[in-house]
Amino acid sequence: MKAFTELYSALDQTTKTNEKVNVMVNYFNHINSKDAIWAIALLTGRRPKRPIKTTDMKAWATELAGIPYWLFEDSYDVVGDLAETISLLIPLSESNVEKSLSEVMEEIILIQSKTEEEKKQWLFSFWNSFSKDELFVFNKLITGSFRVGVSQQLIFKALSKTYSIDDKVIAHKLMGAWLPQTSELRELLSDESSSFDDSKPYPFYLAYQLDVPFTDIGSIVDWQIERKYDGIRGQIIVRNNSVHIWSRGEELMTDKFIEFMPLKNILPNGTVLDGEILPFKDKKIMSFNEMQKRIGRKNVSKKTLNDIPLCMMCYDLLEYNGKDIRQLALIARRKLLEELITETNNPLLKLSPLLDCNAWENLDTLRNESKLLGCEGLMLKQKDSIYETGRRRGKWWKWKVDPYTVDAVLIYAQSGHGRRANLYTDYTFAIWDNGELVPFTKAYSGLTDKELIEVDNWIKKNTIEKFGPVRSVKAELVFEIAFEGINASSRHKSGIALRFPRILRWRKDKKKEEINTKEDLLQLLNSVL
Amino acid sequence: MLIQFTNNGIYCRQADVYIDPWKPVNKAIITHAHSDHARTGNKYYLAHKNSESILRYRLGNIVLQTLNYYETININGVTISLHPAGHVIGSAQVRLEYKGEIWVVSGDYKVKNDGYTIPFEPVKCQHFITESTFGLPIYNFPQAEEVNLQLNNWVEENAARGLNSVIIGYALGKAQRILTGLKTDQPVLLHSTIYNTNEALGFDNSRYIKFTPEFKKETLNPGIVVATGSVVGSPWLRRFDPYKLAFCSGWMQLRGARRRRNADKGFVMSDHADWNGLNEAVLATSAENIYVTHGYKSVYSKWLREHYKLNAVEVETLFEGEGIENDSSENVKEEKE
Repeated sequence: MKAFTELYSALDQTTKTNEKVNVMVNYFNHINSKDAIWAIALLTGRRPKRPIKTTDMKAWATELAGIPYWLFEDSYDVVGDLAETISLLIPLSESNVEKSLSEVMEEIILIQSKTEEEKKQWLFSFWNSFSKDELFVFNKLITGSFRVGVSQQLIFKALSKTYSIDDKVIAHKLMGAWLPQTSELRELLSDESSSFDDSKPYPFYLAYQLDVPFTDIGSIVDWQIERKYDGIRGQIIVRNNSVHIWSRGEELMTDKFIEFMPLKNILPNGTVLDGEILPFKDKKIMSFNEMQKRIGRKNVSKKTLNDIPLCMMCYDLLEYNGKDIRQLALIARRKLLEELITETNNPLLKLSPLLDCNAWENLDTLRNESKLLGCEGLMLKQKDSIYETGRRRGKWWKWKVDPYTVDAVLIYAQSGHGRRANLYTDYTFAIWDNGELVPFTKAYSGLTDKELIEVDNWIKKNTIEKFGPVRSVKAELVFEIAFEGINASSRHKSGIALRFPRILRWRKDKKKEEINTKEDLLQLLNSVL
Repeated sequence: MLIQFTNNGIYCRQADVYIDPWKPVNKAIITHAHSDHARTGNKYYLAHKNSESILRYRLGNIVLQTLNYYETININGVTISLHPAGHVIGSAQVRLEYKGEIWVVSGDYKVKNDGYTIPFEPVKCQHFITESTFGLPIYNFPQAEEVNLQLNNWVEENAARGLNSVIIGYALGKAQRILTGLKTDQPVLLHSTIYNTNEALGFDNSRYIKFTPEFKKETLNPGIVVATGSVVGSPWLRRFDPYKLAFCSGWMQLRGARRRRNADKGFVMSDHADWNGLNEAVLATSAENIYVTHGYKSVYSKWLREHYKLNAVEVETLFEGEGIENDSSENVKEEKE
């Protein structure tokens, strides 16, 4: 646990990517393979289920710290992170028992099925034997909030350097479902392993938002242009007469998207499609809101299947006749994809149409149709591009439409978590409704660190009331809020819900009298419907 | 009541003196020279003698009388004396006694010995005014020796990798502790605010290099820079590239505060009392009545009422303690040079 804690601290303390890679290489070079597997699992976001309820942890930590419960809660509000709060409140002990990462993780899995009293004793034995830093990392693992500031690509790079295996192979091998407790390091990473898991997806190739002028990316004839759809990016995998659907968040979605099950008899074995899974009815793409309803349901009923049917808008073919074809040029993959979809001739699978455009200057016109068509913008892909792993610049770009915006006034603030703990950074905004301010959205991100501190200071000086961690403030500061979509909502006081709201800029030049009204948003809502 | 909390500050009517007033008054007793406690515009000042030079340096031409610790003066029947507060050099708790009623105004204080400042001494009283900057049980500061060890290891590690070490702390108090704690052969460069503050304090500057516009990178190669928070994010820092950046503050106990400032390293070094320090200090006064000022005042006064059954209330002041984001108590003119 000591070595892993040191790794965590070192990664936490640097923002330089080279240093992060070096720190990881150093760790993997010195650690046994059992711990290495667990470290890989944890770094790539594979955590065991939370073994202990948060309320129990809070109560037990309070007991061990010898303070009243309200003081624990007040401390937690200030720290903003449960694992850290507990590690700061528990009295440090002198004894220091060294347990390896894999031992700790295996115990975490075992304790899940034990009684409350056993869990408490087990937790106390750890809390009484760790150093402060170890306590913090351990608590993070227990609360299920373990996250490290290191991208997947950097992890793959470090593993590649340590074990001399190509990082793209590693990226692929680490996709999908595998359990650290039953995996062997050699099998897990190396290409030669024979036991290939049928459900294993390929790493997704992701694009950055276009941020270079067209003159820098060459002639439009070398580019394939498609719509950018607003659904769930996914891979449909058919191997060994079974279907597996993975989302880009590496979640297995097969059970939620059951209408695709028949594909096992329709697509040939050894097929992997990359595309956007969309709610689609009456020849039209439905709003993302409908998709969220689908994902939100635990069980998919007949009615849901009827009301919100899905299809995949296919835009790439990664595996064909059991062969990985990611190294073929896009134009060649596209040809195979077209043949396959045409042959299949099934409404579940649609081909993402290619857009015709003869000059970069005319592309904006196409982009501006996006919202009407229920799309997010355009995708530009170089025709000779291979299918890369992860997010990369250069060969693929997304060119999203500009977001909607609204001017609103800040009325509530709450302190943030993690990096923003102890700073008022979570805001609730209001707009006018018949001469009254009504709250209508929250937004977190978008301000610079400097602005955050300025707003934080302002909030502390202009608080009207405190309710727990929330403060109501004088309605004065105006912000421009950007958002991607708008829906009617019965759950919100204002009757509307924004999609992906964030702060675009602080409008110091505007007064609260000049902000938007609910009427404005309702108009927008009606124009979108 | 001998002491009142007024719009101008903490006031003793019988002696007609204010302690650390935030508006100009006739007579002001100053607990210490940080700018949220020592403001300009008062007609007469009274402070500890070790504060004299720094007060004159920061406030300019003032009429100032000084006292030694424990030395008493009498104003209209009120006996006034100053006692070590352990916060920064010359920092004092103010004891006021009139007809058997004893008050202690502690200003800012810390209980742990930092190895540089004259340590805090509890003073028995009936009414104790305490700060609460770190008045939550999450704040448990390590011993000075432990932090110094971490600090020295860090600068050596950086030097071994050819990196400069930039250390950020307040000019008054923190900077002298950092410099006292550093045991290194590396060249040490001081931001001019710190160099000048040292000079005003009579802190030996002979071993340090003062930053001037003629500074050449090779002077360090690699070395240590001690500067105030005002330089963070400014072009001034870029000339020391490649460097690692550390903050010295009690807030560095929290990961969020550390990460928000993009610090490579945070050293938990504070001139305020931590949770146990506050409790220890309050209990040692034997006071029944506790007035909790700047910091987590509502939480801390509730704790004192519930846990120690003390008569504790929170009091609104304009003191700021150790700023978490800005070094407001260092907003003094010489920063701008």
